[in-house]
Amino acid sequence: MSARNIEAQAAEWIERRHFGQWSEEDQSQLDIWLAEAIAHRVAYVRLNSSWQRTGRLAALRGAAPEMPGGLSPQQGRHSFRFLPRLAAGLAIVAAVSTYYMLHNNTTTYATTVGGREILSLADGSQIELNTDTILRVSNRTGTREVWLDKGEAYFRIVHDAAHPFVVTAQGRRIVDLGTEFTVRRESDRLQISVVEGRVRMEEGANKSPVLAAGDSAIATGSALSISRKDTRAISSDLAWRRGMIMFDNITLGEAAAEFNRYNRTQIVVDPAAAHMKVAGTFPINGVKGFSDLTRHVLGLRVETRGQEIIISR
Amino acid sequence: MVETPDIQRGNGQKSDMSADTDPARVDAWFDREVLPLEALLMQYLEHNWRNRSDLPDLRQEVYVRVYQAALENIPEKPRQFLIATARNLLIDRVRHEQVIPIESAADLETLGVAVDTPGPERIVMARDELRRLQAALDRLAPRVREVVVLARIEGLGRSEIAQRLSISEVTVSSYLTQGICALADILHGEPSNIRRST
Repeated sequence: MSARNIEAQAAEWIERRHFGQWSEEDQSQLDIWLAEAIAHRVAYVRLNSSWQRTGRLAALRGAAPEMPGGLSPQQGRHSFRFLPRLAAGLAIVAAVSTYYMLHNNTTTYATTVGGREILSLADGSQIELNTDTILRVSNRTGTREVWLDKGEAYFRIVHDAAHPFVVTAQGRRIVDLGTEFTVRRESDRLQISVVEGRVRMEEGANKSPVLAAGDSAIATGSALSISRKDTRAISSDLAWRRGMIMFDNITLGEAAAEFNRYNRTQIVVDPAAAHMKVAGTFPINGVKGFSDLTRHVLGLRVETRGQEIIISR
Repeated sequence: MVETPDIQRGNGQKSDMSADTDPARVDAWFDREVLPLEALLMQYLEHNWRNRSDLPDLRQEVYVRVYQAALENIPEKPRQFLIATARNLLIDRVRHEQVIPIESAADLETLGVAVDTPGPERIVMARDELRRLQAALDRLAPRVREVVVLARIEGLGRSEIAQRLSISEVTVSSYLTQGICALADILHGEPSNIRRST
């Protein structure tokens, strides 16, 4: 069968899966189709990959439908690039990037609430910025150093022993030893999770613990605790890279806080309901779906007031 | 069984990972490492194959071979592996079809592709994903674009889109599938994904 025919079939599967009623029966039919030929699987992965990417367009919701074209923020060595706040539109990007020229030796990258951005470095390493994140990258040749000033980033670093890759966040230095890892900052708390390989934390002269795949370190003030996470917990921590949030039996209050990282619409949970446990997987912008679910499944009251969704008993 | 591309064989650049048969892992690898190289692959194929209408099939065949090889062993250098696989495929086709559609020697240099280790630690590219996605939308057929915008930006479902545009849900589905296919060609095939040697 021709590639175009297979593609058309793959596209139909993706369309049905996203927009139709999707049952377990449908899923097993899809699994059968995927297993029939590698050509099927490859076509599906390819189409699904680009379709998933277009999910990021949701960040433009509420923005003017027609964006001015030809915007290209300056990409000089010292430019500051800023991605649009949800409704602000791209016009502001150009303005901001022209006016903010900071830090002679670093380039600053920022994402807004709900934003996500991938930086590719010349050495083949990639850094993926999560929502509401600020990251500075050193411009000095021969060094590989970044500062996570805010938010969360996923690092996939090409190891080079001669030029170690260093992440600094909240005064802590994290040195790559050939690896993939995430660093997340939240007020006074810093969390580092290693997906593959190892990193070294430089905590001072005689203290530099090495974290291996599956290790997760939480640093608060001067305290540092290291624990192991199973693959499932790690993959749910990284669901944002696919535009998703995964909750595995956490409280409604925690779930709301997680949604609030990504959305301007904020979920406010009444303390009387905040301890209820929830689990599930949602698109990061699926605030409404999530709150509707708490109404239907947990029987809670859901009220929308302006930019707030109030959930109470 | 897939022929191992020459580059791979010659330099022994296989990862020392043991047999890797987990399709989910291969899917993720394929998505992360191979699909971003599609513009490069298409450029290579266009450059070396006269009949443009064969290109989608050639691309698929290259992907199938790469994917199959990755099920055995994830190639360490996806860029070289991909192009070597494409070259082997074209050679196979020529032998098989007893025609000579290759216009020029298939060499990586003509593409200006960085096949060696990348240059100094300088950011050559920050993907401004949103701008790129918008540009991709602009290249869709008007009706397809409209439906995709409603689905992806406004987050509407099939029936809502159908109502909004006064068309049937079946038509909406058909525009969406067209959009899914076209966006793959545009987004994976974008030349800006190629990192050139500096």
